[in-house]
Amino acid sequence: MNRFLSQERLPVLITSVVAIAMFLIAGFKYDNFLTLRVFFNLFSDNAFLGIVAVGLTFVILTGGIDLSVGSMVGCSSIMLATLIRDSQVAPPLAVGIVLAFGCLIGLTQGFLIARFELQPFLVTLAGLFLCRGIALRISQQSVQIDHPLFDQWASFSIALPQKSSLSFAALLLFLVVGIGWYLSRLRPFGRAIYAIGGNRQSAELMGVPVRKTLIGAYVISGICAALGGVVFTLYTQSGNAVSGTGLELDAIAAVVIGGTLLRGGYGSVPGSLLGVCVLGIVQTAITFDGTLSSWWTKIVIGVLLLGFLLLQRWIESAALSRRALAPSGTN
Amino acid sequence: MSESTPLLHLQGIDKRFPGVHALKGIDFELETEEIHALLGENGAGKSTLIKVLTGVHAADGGSICIEGRQIAPRNPNEAVTFGISTVYQEVNLAPNLSVAENICLGREPRNVFGIDWRAVGERTKSALNRVGLRVDPQRLVGDISIAEQQLVAIARALDVEAKVLILDEPTSSLDQDEVAQLFATLRRLREEGMGIIFVTHFLDQVYEISDRITVLRNGERIGTFQTDELPRIELVSHMIGRSAESLEHGAMASHEVSGHEPFLTVTNFGKRGSVQDLNFEIRSGEVIGLAGLLGSGRTETARLLFGIDHGTEGGYQLDNRSAHLTPRSAISRGVGLNVEDRKAEGIFPGLSIRENMVVVAQVKRRWWQRISTAEQKQVADEYVSALQLQPPNTDRNIENLSGGNQQKALLGRWLAVEPRLLLLDEPTRGIDIGAKFEIMALVERLRLEGKSFVFISSELSEVIRVSSRIVVLRDRRAVTTISRAEANEEAVVAAIAKHE
Ligand SMILES: Nc1ncnc2c1ncn2[C@@H]1O[C@H](COP(=O)(O)OP(=O)(O)OP(=O)(O)O)[C@@H](O)[C@H]1O
Ligand SMILES: [Mg+2]
Repeated sequence: MNRFLSQERLPVLITSVVAIAMFLIAGFKYDNFLTLRVFFNLFSDNAFLGIVAVGLTFVILTGGIDLSVGSMVGCSSIMLATLIRDSQVAPPLAVGIVLAFGCLIGLTQGFLIARFELQPFLVTLAGLFLCRGIALRISQQSVQIDHPLFDQWASFSIALPQKSSLSFAALLLFLVVGIGWYLSRLRPFGRAIYAIGGNRQSAELMGVPVRKTLIGAYVISGICAALGGVVFTLYTQSGNAVSGTGLELDAIAAVVIGGTLLRGGYGSVPGSLLGVCVLGIVQTAITFDGTLSSWWTKIVIGVLLLGFLLLQRWIESAALSRRALAPSGTN
Repeated sequence: MSESTPLLHLQGIDKRFPGVHALKGIDFELETEEIHALLGENGAGKSTLIKVLTGVHAADGGSICIEGRQIAPRNPNEAVTFGISTVYQEVNLAPNLSVAENICLGREPRNVFGIDWRAVGERTKSALNRVGLRVDPQRLVGDISIAEQQLVAIARALDVEAKVLILDEPTSSLDQDEVAQLFATLRRLREEGMGIIFVTHFLDQVYEISDRITVLRNGERIGTFQTDELPRIELVSHMIGRSAESLEHGAMASHEVSGHEPFLTVTNFGKRGSVQDLNFEIRSGEVIGLAGLLGSGRTETARLLFGIDHGTEGGYQLDNRSAHLTPRSAISRGVGLNVEDRKAEGIFPGLSIRENMVVVAQVKRRWWQRISTAEQKQVADEYVSALQLQPPNTDRNIENLSGGNQQKALLGRWLAVEPRLLLLDEPTRGIDIGAKFEIMALVERLRLEGKSFVFISSELSEVIRVSSRIVVLRDRRAVTTISRAEANEEAVVAAIAKHE
């Protein structure tokens, strides 16, 4: 069978087509949309969402879910700002501490899910409350950051033609996508993630270290969410405990639109980046329009998500009927 | 080889599950250069012994020694490092990964950049060659047939350096050529000094390949025998714990068909790309056997008749009216399908045996007419005793039944709604010899009550034994129909193999 048009690739292909089509249509409708500047800003503006989505992809590929990522963004944002402003910690160390915290939360959640076979939905729902609570406990007011090194990071960018540029955040996003892709495609860990999503029992009998791999997935998600918080803080130059509220839902939408099945086993990291782009394009187009209020973004995303769900179901049933006909020519 | 220390030595292996004493102090020895058949009825404890030996389950007692060294593997991976490679019962692969990925999963060759996909490809090629499977290594395992999956699982087990190879019913979906190829491989491995444990319910295969036989019954070791010194009839008696002659009692003398008018007729029926040119009719009290090679369209025929797939050509008449069935309407009109792939499409894991057995009965009613627990119990108990399901406790999770007993529970599910036509796709696969005869006798008994069946089996002798007529499929077409009077193995094989 044509692996290029397989169950795995087809959704990604379709998402790319939709993304390009939307970009072109918006380009026709709005002046100055079809520029490199808009294109690259897509990554700069959505870097935090993209980074969170990459981490979440690993969890969803195993058939799990991580609802705590939005709160984690808020928690890491306020933690970082307080560490730098009030505790006078050097920014690199502060970032390290925040990432370690994300790692710890991911580790705890992963351990509970893998060891005691608790439901990911509920464990990470608890994590959602916990992280938001910790964030608000640290500070309810937003905390401005004024630190020369931090400002340098925030304003760093690579100039590109046509007055466009790539920010530090966008570069981080690309780095994370690259690492995520590497882990999922070229490390045995990645194959194990997919195998667990395909059939956990079989994976166990095939000798896949199921628990370790599951914990690894939640750790990655935790670290990515914390990093997403750092990037968000760079973007706003301040820490805020309520930032990232509901972000987990955007991230899930991006991952699903990017072709990953919520059931696990099928999907990819680059797909999730694509999903984030689709969300970003919708948002940018609506901002460009000016007459539409911002909740139109939600409506469009809702419709898109439904469309993709129907599409995935259709692809799946096509694959199923093909399977029934699969010629069993051995020998 | 050293006679004193066997390659693998199990002593007093004990295993209890809640409510079941699955292994009662099993001793077992495997020599190098030996193929050792592990036999026993469904639920005897064969798979459990293998799972204890390979670290899936922890033993409650006993010791495992390999080459005189005591080991205690905690998971299948550790077992591999001790030199024990295993193919478990039921295919255990990741359906969402490719053939190549499945073969190398967990032990991917690497280079500086990570997984070396080139090397994966090469290793896959040689692994597939070893079992004689020609399939695109890039195809997803979920997209290939069960037989191919079984071969992939075997190829995976052969991909590591092992001293002990364990195969738990590896041949249940393979056709003759594939079995022959596998056996050639096993013989070669035996010559290379490997010890092989082989579980099967096909006694012919046992006599063809094994050197010794160990029989388990109810978790106890009955004995170990030299294969060539153990007559088949004695072997069966050891397995079932009573004399083997008792099995034949249900043999069919006459074969009168009660119905006169067919209630189901297919004419030139089929689906493009699936199976075509189906022409036959079914009367009440008739068993239609479907014979043909693997991939000849047997399962596809069952799917069409049950309305999972929809015909695109020809006619399908039920009760003299053209019918367009869906599985749901099929059930309400008295047609049932017992599927081939019980693990993926049959059982509801996590539900009890009882719940699994009444699920179709519940579908037949409206959802608000719940079948009370007492009623469920009664129905389930009736078929548990009719099918001699072990253990007879219907509150247990169906996943914990042995493979063959799961199959019996699924049959019970259909029998509980008394369909007038039941499509049986490989109903005897993975079932022990005693239960096979029971199922065939059951088919005959129900047939005499006026029920009809479509009976699909890779074992020709079974098809011939139960069928009123045999429809032969070749290359996804029904090519001929053989009446019961003319049916014998040669005639059917000739029809299957004939070239025009
Ligand atoms: N995980 C489990 N939990 C509880 N009981 C179990 C479990 N696995 C097996 N059993 C029980 O242990 C007994 C032995 O089962 P086992 O699967 O070893 O049989 P088997 O000899 O392999 O049979 P078959 O030929 O049908 O595969 C059965 O009574 C079964 O119900
Ligand atoms: Mg078994």
